[in-house]
Amino acid sequence: MIRDITIGQYYPVTSLVHSLDARVKILAVLVYIITLFLVDSFIGYAVVAVILAAVIKASRVPFKFMVKGIKGIILILVFTAVINVFSTKGENVLFTLGVFTATMEGVLLAIKMVIRLTMLIIGSSLLTLTTSPIELTDGIEYILKPFKKIGVPSHEIAMMMSIALRFIPTLLDETDKIMKAQQARGADFETGNIIQRAKSLIPILVPLFVSAFRRAEELAMAMEARCYHGDENRTRMNEMKLKGKDIAAFVLVGLYILMIIVLRIVF
Amino acid sequence: MTHIYSEGTAFEKKALDDINIEIEDGRFVGLIGHTGSGKSTLIQHLNALIKPTSGEILLNGEDINADKSKLRSVRQRVGLVFQYPEHQLFEMTVYKDVAYGPSNMGLTKEEIDRRVKKSLEIVGVGEDIYNKSPFELSGGQKRRVAIAGVLAMEPEVLVLDEPTAGLDPKGRDDILEAIKTMHASLGITVILVSHSMEDVARYVDEIIVMHKGRVAYHGSPAQIFCKADELENIGLAAPQISYVFNKLMEEGVPVPCGVFTTEEATKVLYDLLKQVEK
Repeated sequence: MIRDITIGQYYPVTSLVHSLDARVKILAVLVYIITLFLVDSFIGYAVVAVILAAVIKASRVPFKFMVKGIKGIILILVFTAVINVFSTKGENVLFTLGVFTATMEGVLLAIKMVIRLTMLIIGSSLLTLTTSPIELTDGIEYILKPFKKIGVPSHEIAMMMSIALRFIPTLLDETDKIMKAQQARGADFETGNIIQRAKSLIPILVPLFVSAFRRAEELAMAMEARCYHGDENRTRMNEMKLKGKDIAAFVLVGLYILMIIVLRIVF
Repeated sequence: MTHIYSEGTAFEKKALDDINIEIEDGRFVGLIGHTGSGKSTLIQHLNALIKPTSGEILLNGEDINADKSKLRSVRQRVGLVFQYPEHQLFEMTVYKDVAYGPSNMGLTKEEIDRRVKKSLEIVGVGEDIYNKSPFELSGGQKRRVAIAGVLAMEPEVLVLDEPTAGLDPKGRDDILEAIKTMHASLGITVILVSHSMEDVARYVDEIIVMHKGRVAYHGSPAQIFCKADELENIGLAAPQISYVFNKLMEEGVPVPCGVFTTEEATKVLYDLLKQVEK
C-alpha cells in the first residue's frame, strides 16, 4: 500500500521525452506552470490540455500513473473549489447557505482553479516520471549556478536533493518492513480513535528515526572516506550537452509561449 | 500459490511461481535460496502479511486469508521474525519491548509477565538487563531480545528470516543453539530461512531449496546434499564435507551419499576402514 506513493517516482521506459536534457525539461515545466496562470479562458485550457496530452503520449508513461498523483491532492482540490465557490462576490447568486453565498462567478472560478491545479500536478509529475533523480538534480544544480555569486549554495542544494530523493524509496521500504514487523507482533494501525491511532504510530516512528540517523551517519562516513569535499574542483562523469532535439524542444517551448500570449490577447 | 508484485505495470515481477509445499507440525525446516529467490516473499505469506495473487495458504486446514477478522490470531499463531529484527525495537526498556506483542493480544498483566520472562530466558537474556534500553545492547543481544518479542506471543509456528545475518561466528552459533532449544523444549514448528547451507544443515529435519521463485528441491538434508553439483548451478553450496564425500563416491569408494557433518563423516570413514582391515 505504501508503495503506491508516486511523488518523485521515475518511470523507466525509453521515449523522446525521457531522452531530452533535464535542463530543458525543468525550464519547460517552469514555463508551463507560469502559463497555466496566464491562461484565463476555457479555450485556452483546452489548447494547453491538448499539448499536454501530446507530450504525455510522447513520454510513453501510462496516464494511470499521473492520475495516481492527483489522488493524493484530491482533498486540496475539493477544499479550493468550495472556498472559491463561496468566497467570490458576483451578481448571479445561485443560493445562500447562512452567511455563505454561492455565485455563478464563484462556480466558474472554482472550475478554472481545479483545472489549473490538476494540470499543474500532471505536468510537474511528468517531469519526475520522465527524468531520473540524478539527471534532475544535475539539471537543477546547473540552472542554479548563476545564483551562486549571490550566495546560493547550488551544489549543496543539489546534493541534498539527490540524497533526499535517493532515500525516499529506501525509507518507504523501511517503513513497509517495520510496519510488517510490528503487525507480526499484533500491532493494529487501522482501528481505534485518533489518539489510539497516533499512539500506534510510535512503534513505527521510533525505529524509522533510529534507522534514518544510522543511515545518515553511514552515508556521511562513506562519502568522506571517498574524499568528498563539496563543489570545488569537482568534475562530472556525465557532462550535460545540449543535442539537436534539445534545441528543437527549446524552439517549441518558445512557440508555446508566443501562442499563450496570443490566446491571452484574443480571448 | 503464486505471487506477482505490481501486476500490470512496468515494475511487474513474478516473485513466487506455483509454490506447493506442506510442512508437518513440529518439524524444523530450513528454507534456503539465493538472494532474490523468493524466500522472504514466501514467508510473508505464511502469516498473511501479504496475500497470494492466486492460491491459498492453509494453517491446520484453514485458509488464513479467508476471514479478515482472524488476521490477528493468525499472526499470533504464526510468529514471524524478520531479517535484522533488532531494527523493530522501539520501547524504553527491554522488558517493555518484549511485552509489546503479548499486550497487543489483550492478555492479563500476570500472563504477560510470565511470557516475557519465559521467552527472555529461552533466548538467554538475563534479568539484569530487563530495565536497560534496547538501544544500549550489543548486536547479538538486541537480536535475542527481538526474537523474544515474537516468541512471547507463543506461536505454534516460528518463522525466522536469516536470524544469523551480520553476526560474528559466536553470536551466530548462540542464536542457532537458542533456536534449537526452542524447537526442542516448546515443540513448535520452526522454519529457518538462510542462504548458508552450513548453518542450516546441522539443525534441520528437512530442507526446501528455492530458486527463481520456485521450489527447486524439497527433502532431508542428506537427500539435498547428494546433489551438491546441482546446488552449485543455482548459486548455492553444500557443506564442505558433502563435497569430499561426493568426490570419494566418484572415485569409487563405497561411501553413502549425503554425509554432511564431521561427526557422521568420522563414523562412516572409521567403519569403512574397519571393513577394509577385515
